[in-house]
Amino acid sequence: MNSDIVDFASVAPAYPELVVAIGALVLVVLGVAINKERSSLISWLGVLILVAAGAVALLNPSDGVLFNGVFIADAFARYMKLLVLGGAALSLILAMPNSEANGVHKFEYSILAVLATLGMMIMVSANDLMSLYVGLELQSLALYVMAAIKRDDSRATEAGLKYFVLGALSSGMLLYGASLVYGFTGHTNLTEIVGAIAMEGRSVGLVFGMVFLLAGVAFKISAVPFHMWTPDVYEGAPTPVTAFFAMAPKVAAMSMMIRLVMDTFQPITSDWQQVIVFLSIASMVLAAFAAIGQKSLKRLIAYSSIGHVGFALVGLSSGTQVGVEGVAIYMAIYVTMTVGLFACILSLRNENGYVETIDDLAGAAQTRPFVAAIMAILMFSLIGMPPLAGFFAKWHVFLAAIEANLYVLSVIGVLASAVSAYYYLRVVKTMYFDEPKSTFIAVPNELNIILGVSAFLVVTYYFSVGSSLTSWAHTAAGSLF
Amino acid sequence: MNFENSILTIVTFLPLLGAALVLVTPKSAVNAIRWTALATTLVTLALSLWIWSAFDPSNPGFQFVVNYPWLGDSIGYRVGVDGISVLFVVLSALLMPFCILASWEAIENRVKEYMLVFLILEVLMIGVFTTLDLAMFYVFFEGTLLPMFLIIGIWGGKRRIQASYKFFFYTFIGSVLMLLAIMAMYWNAGTTDISRLLTHQFPESMQIWLWLAFFASLAVKMPMWPFHRWLPEAHVEAPTAGSVILAAILLKLGGYGFLRFSLPMFPDASAQLSNFVFVLSVAAIIITSLVALVQTDIKKLIAYSSVAHMGFVTIGIFAGNALGIQGAMFQMLSHGLVSGALFLSVGVIYDRMHTRDIEAYGGLVERMPQYAFAFMVFTMANVGLPGTSGFVGEFLTMLGVFQVNTWVAFGAAFGVIFSAGYALWLYRRVVFGALTKESLKGILDLSLREKIVLYPLIVLIIVFGFYPSPILDTTAAAVDNLVAHYSASVGLDPAVSLADARAPLEYAAPTGEAQPAAEHAAEPAAH
Repeated sequence: MNSDIVDFASVAPAYPELVVAIGALVLVVLGVAINKERSSLISWLGVLILVAAGAVALLNPSDGVLFNGVFIADAFARYMKLLVLGGAALSLILAMPNSEANGVHKFEYSILAVLATLGMMIMVSANDLMSLYVGLELQSLALYVMAAIKRDDSRATEAGLKYFVLGALSSGMLLYGASLVYGFTGHTNLTEIVGAIAMEGRSVGLVFGMVFLLAGVAFKISAVPFHMWTPDVYEGAPTPVTAFFAMAPKVAAMSMMIRLVMDTFQPITSDWQQVIVFLSIASMVLAAFAAIGQKSLKRLIAYSSIGHVGFALVGLSSGTQVGVEGVAIYMAIYVTMTVGLFACILSLRNENGYVETIDDLAGAAQTRPFVAAIMAILMFSLIGMPPLAGFFAKWHVFLAAIEANLYVLSVIGVLASAVSAYYYLRVVKTMYFDEPKSTFIAVPNELNIILGVSAFLVVTYYFSVGSSLTSWAHTAAGSLF
Repeated sequence: MNFENSILTIVTFLPLLGAALVLVTPKSAVNAIRWTALATTLVTLALSLWIWSAFDPSNPGFQFVVNYPWLGDSIGYRVGVDGISVLFVVLSALLMPFCILASWEAIENRVKEYMLVFLILEVLMIGVFTTLDLAMFYVFFEGTLLPMFLIIGIWGGKRRIQASYKFFFYTFIGSVLMLLAIMAMYWNAGTTDISRLLTHQFPESMQIWLWLAFFASLAVKMPMWPFHRWLPEAHVEAPTAGSVILAAILLKLGGYGFLRFSLPMFPDASAQLSNFVFVLSVAAIIITSLVALVQTDIKKLIAYSSVAHMGFVTIGIFAGNALGIQGAMFQMLSHGLVSGALFLSVGVIYDRMHTRDIEAYGGLVERMPQYAFAFMVFTMANVGLPGTSGFVGEFLTMLGVFQVNTWVAFGAAFGVIFSAGYALWLYRRVVFGALTKESLKGILDLSLREKIVLYPLIVLIIVFGFYPSPILDTTAAAVDNLVAHYSASVGLDPAVSLADARAPLEYAAPTGEAQPAAEHAAEPAAH
């Protein structure tokens, strides 16, 4: 097979990936050359690389299928990549203040984050089961190390180990599914698989393969019943690492799932639809009830993220363009809310260190009114209260589900969101209605800025970004059909 | 976009400007914050009165309309008011300055947050009535939960947390079902533009489901028996101004929703299920009136009386004729004034004694003659004494429903009797009798601020009691249009049913041009 790369200009669709890949290698060299344990220069350069890659994707958009069909760049991939890059860059900035206390001050942390981001970008752009797996593993291996980067801390190492063991299991399932799909269609290229299914029709082996593939991906987006690792890892890992886990990898895995089901398995929609509907209902309902009893703030956020994956899957289960558009909007808003949420958690420190439990937040509204107000806004937005952005996210996904006549799913979904309101409100209640127990330490400026921007976008979504985000998502979803 | 067009946008979002000003004012400048909030609400009131004066009552359609597509295909920026909504805008804007004044000294903690939340609440309340986009209606409708939850939870009484949770969950669970119905309507009609949805015909089998989903939300908001359980607690625990807003405006969102959506958009379902509504309403009127009789807490008593009065509103709306709907409209506006005034009156004595227990009062007339007078007017209006605005609404409603179902009118009449019972008995126990309680001996009569709050309401209640035409004229064209559309959809001859309604209506609203029934009957969908 001859290469389709003839000159440098013909790899233009892969420029963002190249920027990140070369940047990561330069950072390794630089980090070793500086030879200090902590270097904020490396962190900022990491952020710069991610921003540069985003700028390349944004300013020089070019579509195409490259490297003998294993790599695809289209509007959908670009949209998701920008989200991944944004989420990753923001979580790197979140990690900078008080990084010693969190154990993420080592220069390797930023490099691992950039490498993980490269893996995610490849996942988003994968057009072949092989490249998909390669991207996934590049991401996962970096994430395993990041989870355990605070290696003297037993909780962090435990989290890293748990994530590794369960992640390896899910990779195995994904590979097994990929091999079945290959066995029954004779192709690994996603485009050719579509053709093969269209020609030969569905077979039991293919459906088996698809279910295993989806199970593997469901693990990465932590959809129930593949969510077990999430609360433990979220709680155990240092908070900036948790922030990283909660944003970019979710987006990447979700976009991989969208491409698989909407593109590759389009001909067998009715088969995968059942799987997605089940994942969606199970995630929404289990998260809503399981979160009620949580005392730890980070476990609460873990369950909340499981629930949000369930809501995003509501849009996907419709199997329509409106649904994909909804999921795309949902993920963008989810990232915006999550980054603000983690900035809040990282801002709230008292004399004993970071807040761990919900009760630690008592009376935060009186000593830290700014952070508390933003956290309350984000909580209301996570519930899906209008006029905040979280409502519009839910609006788009449920709109798609109603169009596809998935009434039972929709009713269960909105009722689950009502149940979930209970635990979000508990946070607001603790901050606003209870009396303060401890005083909080002043907030670093980086975090204040992130907090402000996140809350601004969430509050003014309808007036500021809503219109353009909707049209971008529309274009992105259109490129899959 | 000229001034005519942008006036609704300005009125809706002006309080947001005030909120921004409050936000940048330092926390300690409490008086500056209070004055900013008051000035903002007063300007909003002035502008809303300008809208009312510029409003053309003979036009049954929407006025001051703006219509832009906005978020994708489904959500637009659309505003406009018609005869049904314009008065609610005025009512919301009217009560806000009173609420700010009532909280002037009563709220000492976190004044800045308090005023901020109230101004945001005003944006959302006015937005509900001005928006012409179904999705945005939901945004505003549901958005009111958020500030109200905080108002009850932060500045409420002892059991505030339970009350705020109960308030939140009752309304939230009902509303999410309405959200799904809104989406289904979008896919069926292809738009969320309310003015287009009003002429869209939904399939009959779908109407029932949509109606029920809307009912789940609106009946909780209204509140109708047996979905009213959140209301007494929320009212009792909320600070005075919070109770005023709850009773005067937020309850009206339910009635407004029935008038705006259930009746015109799902006429077949409304006709089929009207008996179901009647049963619940009569049950509400009788049961909650009896419950009100035995209350020992003043606010709780008024809260239950609100539920009973809202029963008249639902009866009037689902009577489906011009009299009933005019009556329901009037009853809602009048109840907005009366219940607001009653809660403000309770606030006056609560600020002095810090108790709402009826037992703790008695003989107030000796020390507070002016207060006793104001409270008497409001009590009489609550009873529905002729000459107060409370009478007009109840009377029209009963006339309207009498044409449809005499048994319902018979049942509802009990409400009038019972309301006299509990309201007068409350008045006797609080105001009359001998002033024997030691703690009351030093109680002071109304201060200047309280007079400014209560006296205008006395004037309004009595003026509208004797001369209801400003309100009835404003609503007449839109209501006639609604009735014509409804009757045509459910297969009644609109001309006949309107002709039936005309004679007594002219009695109530003597200005003849207010009922251009014949022209609109010919073209039922005249939007």
